[in-house]
Amino acid sequence: MLDSIKFKLEVVVPEVEIPKEKWTGRVREVKIGGKGRKEVVVGGATAMPFLDFEGEIPNPPRVAVEVRDDPSGFPPGLLSSWGDDVVNDVGSWAKKAAELGAEIITLRLTSAHPEGQNTGVEEAKSAVDKVLSAVDLPLMVIGPEIADKDNEILVPIADLAEGQRIVLGNCVENNYKTIAAACIAANHIAIAKTPLDINLAKQLNVQVSDIGVPLESILMDADMGALGYGIEYAISIDERLKLAALMGDSVTAVPIINHPGPETWRQKEAKVSEGVPESWGGYDERALYWEELSATSIIHSGADVVTLCHPKAVEYIKSMIAKLMGQ
Amino acid sequence: MALTGIQIYKLLPKTNCKECGYPTCMAFAMKLAAGQEDLSKCPYASDEAKEKLSAAAKPPMRAVTIVTNDHQLTTGAELVMYRHQKKFFNPAPLMVRVKDTASADDLNETVEEVGNYSVDRVGMTFTLDGFAVQNDSGDASTFASCVESVKSKTDMPLTLIATDPNSMSAALEKVGDSRPLIYAATKDNIDQMGQLAKKYSCPMVVKSSDGLDELAELSEKASGAGVEDIILDPGDRDLHNSLVSFTQVRRLALRKFEPFGYPIISFPGEGASSVEEEVNLAAQHIAKYANVIVMDSFSPAIAYNLLTLRLNVYTDPQAPIQLQSGIYQVGSPDEKSPLCITTNYALSYFAISGEVEATGRPSWILVVDTEGLSVLTAWSAGKFDADGIAAHIKQFDAADKVNHNSLILPGGVAILKGETEENLPDWKILVGPREAPGIGGYFRQNAQIWEG
Ligand code: SF4
Repeated sequence: MLDSIKFKLEVVVPEVEIPKEKWTGRVREVKIGGKGRKEVVVGGATAMPFLDFEGEIPNPPRVAVEVRDDPSGFPPGLLSSWGDDVVNDVGSWAKKAAELGAEIITLRLTSAHPEGQNTGVEEAKSAVDKVLSAVDLPLMVIGPEIADKDNEILVPIADLAEGQRIVLGNCVENNYKTIAAACIAANHIAIAKTPLDINLAKQLNVQVSDIGVPLESILMDADMGALGYGIEYAISIDERLKLAALMGDSVTAVPIINHPGPETWRQKEAKVSEGVPESWGGYDERALYWEELSATSIIHSGADVVTLCHPKAVEYIKSMIAKLMGQ
Repeated sequence: MALTGIQIYKLLPKTNCKECGYPTCMAFAMKLAAGQEDLSKCPYASDEAKEKLSAAAKPPMRAVTIVTNDHQLTTGAELVMYRHQKKFFNPAPLMVRVKDTASADDLNETVEEVGNYSVDRVGMTFTLDGFAVQNDSGDASTFASCVESVKSKTDMPLTLIATDPNSMSAALEKVGDSRPLIYAATKDNIDQMGQLAKKYSCPMVVKSSDGLDELAELSEKASGAGVEDIILDPGDRDLHNSLVSFTQVRRLALRKFEPFGYPIISFPGEGASSVEEEVNLAAQHIAKYANVIVMDSFSPAIAYNLLTLRLNVYTDPQAPIQLQSGIYQVGSPDEKSPLCITTNYALSYFAISGEVEATGRPSWILVVDTEGLSVLTAWSAGKFDADGIAAHIKQFDAADKVNHNSLILPGGVAILKGETEENLPDWKILVGPREAPGIGGYFRQNAQIWEG
């Protein structure tokens, strides 16, 4: 009797039932590398980022590190973090990146830019060769993002790395056929890049797969601006693309790639050390956090691969990802 | 969740007596669903109907306000999981923690540095939001005098952190009319803390040390005792578990699980093994569901980064950030530097300023008010035209800034060249590239204009 009275005086504890989203979709897994090269699998999630209580996150977001064959577009503050001897040789740069924990090397062929050194196929092939022989990591190669030039240099590179499942970019709305064909012929992976528009992203995936690139060989880059430069658009577009994939929309169920590193290092906060407001804080600290926060935000929104630039950003973001995965 | 007209209709008497002023119960129900009428106009509405309607009208997450003499800091009242679904409403306050064991000098310095911190971005000024004062000494009078000392130096909102209700009580004596956030009621002290919260009309955190069941229990206890303004600390600290539990709490709040219908507080420093990790955790919490964030680390660089992220995440997706119109500088331009023109849609401006920055050539950018529309959208909506451009050139005295009198129109609106020339007979109107990335090449090809 006494017991039951006591019980009644206790607060009635509401039962907390954790609602779980019952997603039906799964992001495709894309295998990068192979044929003697390390293989990295990206994608595969059946839940929103890191919510492993209601789905599977079989692969962590992968960290790619960007190296350039013409590093002059990067600010001195970034280049000095690698060392001058390193950044003047893409092979050494890639090697150092691998030592620091890069899982993929992103080689951006900046020297081929028509407004810059305007180098040609031979230089591009030699840069790719250097990276391929310096490291056994999977490779991503991005052209100068000028349609004709991309087509000119990426096709021979596709041949050069035949079967090694490198990632080639970028396929864009009015220029995807040549690069897509090169990917089909040599079994590579295509990046489908669209400018911050979910419908265009879906449409380009359809177009690239329609001409024969399997959806298992496409990564989508819906574009992003760095922190302070429109990152909120990218946050929402990645979230919407991932939600659509989980809801079962097959054409959006491909892994997402974003480049928070290079996006950060082209902005003033990461470039300018003097003559800026004091409230911006010390340059090194500010610039590094700018890259980290750009990466952190986009990783929490659904990015499956992120390209980073600063050695310390690689270290911190990798450690963060491991912890987010519950490791 | 709002009820539909049909759902409301089922709760009405269905007699169509017209006393509410509508011909049918259905017509009245539709008005109620649209939020244009009040149920009290139906004299025959059942208690069940009243209860269900008021429950449905209650927002899923309470807005909680921390009050000082001159500040009101409101947090919570969020309605969605993802910002694209509507928007995030109340930017999570960023507070900095100080401890009552710090020396008077250190305390003064931190309060001054944090209190004076402000940074400008896109024409707005941002500051941090307050302090969390912690009773690290365990001593009530030390805590009370520390709180008093902070209070005498700043009117920013406060959180008071103590486990001992005696300490909390002593500190609350010293805060005058302001209503700081009490941290925290735990299973060991909730009765006394709850009494203090009621006595001083303060918002109060309930902190779980054992998962979400305990959190719900404490929240129910607090509201049962009459504390209305509650903030939740689910207790998880690390990157993985805080993401998971904050997500679950927000989700349950939106599904109207009442014990969780309150804002969340986070302490990124407590889950981090380095300052970098604390900053990353804070970034996670800004995006994923914290409504008050207490930082242990402060530096201008950290504050600038986090405030920028918060601005971005809390931007209304339907009303993107707009810039003030005016002439902006990239680098330190002089009278020979190029003058570009764009709209006040922040993304257009950032695209152009980023590319101009990359060219290394200092420049002027004239930002025309197009109500936040991008170049082509504004042009087709008639909000970016020759008259507007000419008016801005004059309003901001562009002719005093440059001596070459040439103006670069975005390539997408080349069509405006002729008309702009008519409006600005003293100016040479150039047509720039269609896309921002073309600016580097364009500057190089036309260098003689700015060097000659
Ligand atoms: S007063 Fe009530 S019962 Fe009468 S018509 Fe209106 S809603 Fe129906």
